[in-house]
Amino acid sequence: MSENTRKKRMLDTKMVPAPSHGIIPERDYYSTPVLEARHLGIEFGGLKAVDDFNLIIGKTEIAGLIGPNGAGKTTVFNLLTKVYQPTMGTIMVNGKDTAGMNTVQANKLGIARTFQNIRLFDNMTVEDNVRIGLHNQVKYGMFTGIFRLPAYWKQEKAQHEKALELLSIFDMQDLAGAQAGSLPYGAQRRLEIVRALATNPSLLLLDEPAAGMNPHETEELMRNIIKIRDQFQIAIMLIEHDMNLVMGICEGICVLNYGRIIAKGTADEIQANPTVIEAYLGKKKEG
Amino acid sequence: MKLKKSTVNNIIAYGIVIVAFIVCQLSLNAGTMSRSLKGQMIPICVYIVMAVSLNLVVGISGELSLGHAGFMSVGAYSGAIISAWLLEGLHIESAIVRLILSMLSGGVFAGLAGVLIGVPVLRLRGDYLAIVTLAFGEIIRSVMNCLYFSIDSGRLHVSFNNPSLPGKLLVNGPAGAKVVEKLATFPMGFALILFTLFVVLNMINSRSGRAIMATRDNRIAAEAMGINVTKYKMMAFVTAAVLAGMAGALYGLSFSTVDPAKFKFDTSILVLVFVVLGGIGNIWGSIIAATLLTVLPELLRAFSDYRMLVYAIVLILVMLATNNPIIRSLFDRLIRPRRTAANTQRGGASE
Repeated sequence: MSENTRKKRMLDTKMVPAPSHGIIPERDYYSTPVLEARHLGIEFGGLKAVDDFNLIIGKTEIAGLIGPNGAGKTTVFNLLTKVYQPTMGTIMVNGKDTAGMNTVQANKLGIARTFQNIRLFDNMTVEDNVRIGLHNQVKYGMFTGIFRLPAYWKQEKAQHEKALELLSIFDMQDLAGAQAGSLPYGAQRRLEIVRALATNPSLLLLDEPAAGMNPHETEELMRNIIKIRDQFQIAIMLIEHDMNLVMGICEGICVLNYGRIIAKGTADEIQANPTVIEAYLGKKKEG
Repeated sequence: MKLKKSTVNNIIAYGIVIVAFIVCQLSLNAGTMSRSLKGQMIPICVYIVMAVSLNLVVGISGELSLGHAGFMSVGAYSGAIISAWLLEGLHIESAIVRLILSMLSGGVFAGLAGVLIGVPVLRLRGDYLAIVTLAFGEIIRSVMNCLYFSIDSGRLHVSFNNPSLPGKLLVNGPAGAKVVEKLATFPMGFALILFTLFVVLNMINSRSGRAIMATRDNRIAAEAMGINVTKYKMMAFVTAAVLAGMAGALYGLSFSTVDPAKFKFDTSILVLVFVVLGGIGNIWGSIIAATLLTVLPELLRAFSDYRMLVYAIVLILVMLATNNPIIRSLFDRLIRPRRTAANTQRGGASE
């Protein structure tokens, strides 16, 4: 980071008051927000892909990020997971500043994600995919692994059980031995969620979890997202185009257009917001 | 306790290797093996280890390395030098102890070379590793062309481009390293194969191995899951270098001299051919390919000049065969009789 951007970032956080939120659920008022993004932004060669993005997510909130195509939703996810380094603003995860961190460190801090275009480890089994998610919770080293010391057997067994337990959220424990790349599309999406969940996150980012699912599967997914939140007591943020899902489960919704937040609020507020309607449907013709 | 499928497969695998060793050893003892084949036994072991270790880089971690012979040469040279020093400097008489220590030191030095190359290169993405390892193989050979080592009453002397050293010359520039005593034995080669298989197969089925395969399958997803990609690429690369160094030491100690020309670019490519022919990522394929292609030129001694031509033809034929859908499905049926329900479902959907 250059000295200039560092200064700019400090100025940004110090001088401007905290962004208004108002959409954090009441139960999360007294715990540290899992995510706090202030004046977050990134420029690609002068183009502001995301600009002045402010958001607070409560400890067990389900938040939605919506917006027309190309609004910068996935870019926000890439900023939060440090795939891109933000050129402006700060990201606090569980009260810790993530400045200068990389993707791996952001994950260790508690951010896990799924991908819009599925990125599974195709040549590995379903169970091994989940085990990769459990990677940082298993502590034995290469030497123990090669020489199969007692720690290896103990932790492998614990890992196996944990993987099956996680898979059972989506009723996928029977598929544990199947090759991940050979699963049907919907199952691949579910596996991605399980894999992300295995990293023991405090914030789970889901990039279009319902894409390509039929209404029946979507409904089941909604139930499962709530179940995951209740069971693991984590916050979930999702990008989705399926409005039934977003309006159905998200407690706070944030609408993005041209890289800027144009509206924040509950489902009812968003549906009634004229700016949002305009962004999606265009301006009403006068007369 | 119900054993895991991979554990069962590994046990079968070790069994096959042990049976193959016993058969070879019996026919060696009975004298039924031809002379030329007898001479090939150690190189076969060496090339199997080379192929399996390269497969760890190319197949398991998914990076193309074109300088595997470089690590082999580091191992061969350090093996030759250390074995002489062990005899004259430390006066260790036992041949087997000297052989083991030489191989270990070959592995250590090759591993150091691997760290040296891996640190700058494995941070990059794409073809950089291929280019740098290719250069490494050539550089190390050029360095060895100018390297002089001598031993004088148990003390090692080294110089660059200057053959006038006190005592007995061990490494004589382009003429190569002189091996004081041919220590290499076939049982040790076999032991090295078992050790290599033990390391590689156990690694694949451990936390580290899964992380390595994850970085191969999808780098971005692996990072998002909290896996340090560089660390695990490095782990695979250095492990492969160590194994190649040990194989190199064994190889060097099976000749009376080792010259740099033995570790030309051709050798790296030859090992890569074993890996590709055997199937990238397929450890058993590597072993079979290394064995067959090391024996083949000996069996076709009359066509020896056309060896590379035969390789090319075999390579092309195998590529054609493995890409042929009919042969492929036949293989699938032979190798994986129990396909999962999901697998069949996908197969049906994609056609």
